[in-house]
Amino acid sequence: MSAPIAAGVGAPYARLLSVASYVPSRVVDNAEMCTFIDSSDEWIQQRTGIAERRWVGEGETVETMALAAARTAVERAGIDPADIGAVIVSTVTYFHQTPSLAAKLAYELGTNGAAFDISAACAGFCYGLAQAESLVRSGAAKYAVVIGVEELSRFTDIHDRSTAFLFADGAGAAVVGPSETNGIGPVVWGSDGSQADAINQTSEWSEAMQGGTQPYIAMDGRAVFKWASGFIADATKKVLEVAQLSPEELDVFIPHQANNRITDAMLRHLKLPENVVVARTIKQFGNNSAASVPMAMDQLLSTGQAKSGQTALLIGFGAGLVYAGQVVTLP
Amino acid sequence: MATTEEIRAQLAELVNDVAGTPVEDVQLDKSFVDDLDVDSLAMVEIIVGCEEKFGVTIPDEESKNLKTVGDAVAYIEAHS
Repeated sequence: MSAPIAAGVGAPYARLLSVASYVPSRVVDNAEMCTFIDSSDEWIQQRTGIAERRWVGEGETVETMALAAARTAVERAGIDPADIGAVIVSTVTYFHQTPSLAAKLAYELGTNGAAFDISAACAGFCYGLAQAESLVRSGAAKYAVVIGVEELSRFTDIHDRSTAFLFADGAGAAVVGPSETNGIGPVVWGSDGSQADAINQTSEWSEAMQGGTQPYIAMDGRAVFKWASGFIADATKKVLEVAQLSPEELDVFIPHQANNRITDAMLRHLKLPENVVVARTIKQFGNNSAASVPMAMDQLLSTGQAKSGQTALLIGFGAGLVYAGQVVTLP
Repeated sequence: MATTEEIRAQLAELVNDVAGTPVEDVQLDKSFVDDLDVDSLAMVEIIVGCEEKFGVTIPDEESKNLKTVGDAVAYIEAHS
């Protein structure tokens, strides 16, 4: 007979204790964007909803942005950093293969808890949140910090008319902790590697090292739009279903800020009640990939458009293709 | 089996929902792009909507040939 192994004991439920963001300093409006590409403010706004985006300025990096957002989130949660059992960072723009950004950030935050990076592109925050929720409920971590951070301006071909105006920089972070009532619904997530080319980097880093040009993000906008307005809109409905909520019980909808036209298409599909607040931070921030959901959440809360205790539906989707979504109680 | 007019009417509702085009403007001889002010993103959404509404599959290489409302109705009639 096998020796009896004790199982971990965690919290009955998990919830978001805080959210915070870091908005980089450099404002790049559409007029400046049109000095890089042959386009217009009207065309960009009509096709994406983006009026301006944020890029890193002097002294701002993936590391500084992530640390600033995470520090604020930990302060707002009011927890002892030493009790953070896991730090999860989602990014596709930390250009340092090893060690992970999460390990450095954990040290800077004041914890020796587990730390690791994940690669789930624009779905990264929701992927990390699903893991954090499970870690807290399993007892693997008392508190978990989830960080989405991107410096896409370094990974974007600013002369590519199909992507240059979309991508932006920024960071968002949240603390997940134990709760007596449930604050994070079951995750609906998955992948479709048959569409790996839909959003992809243009070349391997090894080719770049041999004297080529650096890789950039390339996107088949048509394929992504089709997937997002059909399959992802359906997946978003499932997020509500598995949380056993009706659309009338939802207060806030925070989709990944990929493109306002995708958000519009999803809303037509979802038929949410008119009073549901919809995140549209893409207008000022652009598409911040893994950082967009927590940045939007923080923005809605700090401007009073959303309130603590309200019920919000999150959905992230992007390169992979991958997606993840869950319903949360706002911190 | 839906008639041509029934398919056109349902498609008109879809175009109205996605692009705000008045339903009465969505006639068989009209071009989505030139007459109905449907841009490329709206067209993709209309294609996705057609796939759901009419139970057809419209591959990308086919959807590029659907220039007019009549093209779309004929495709749906042939494949549903």
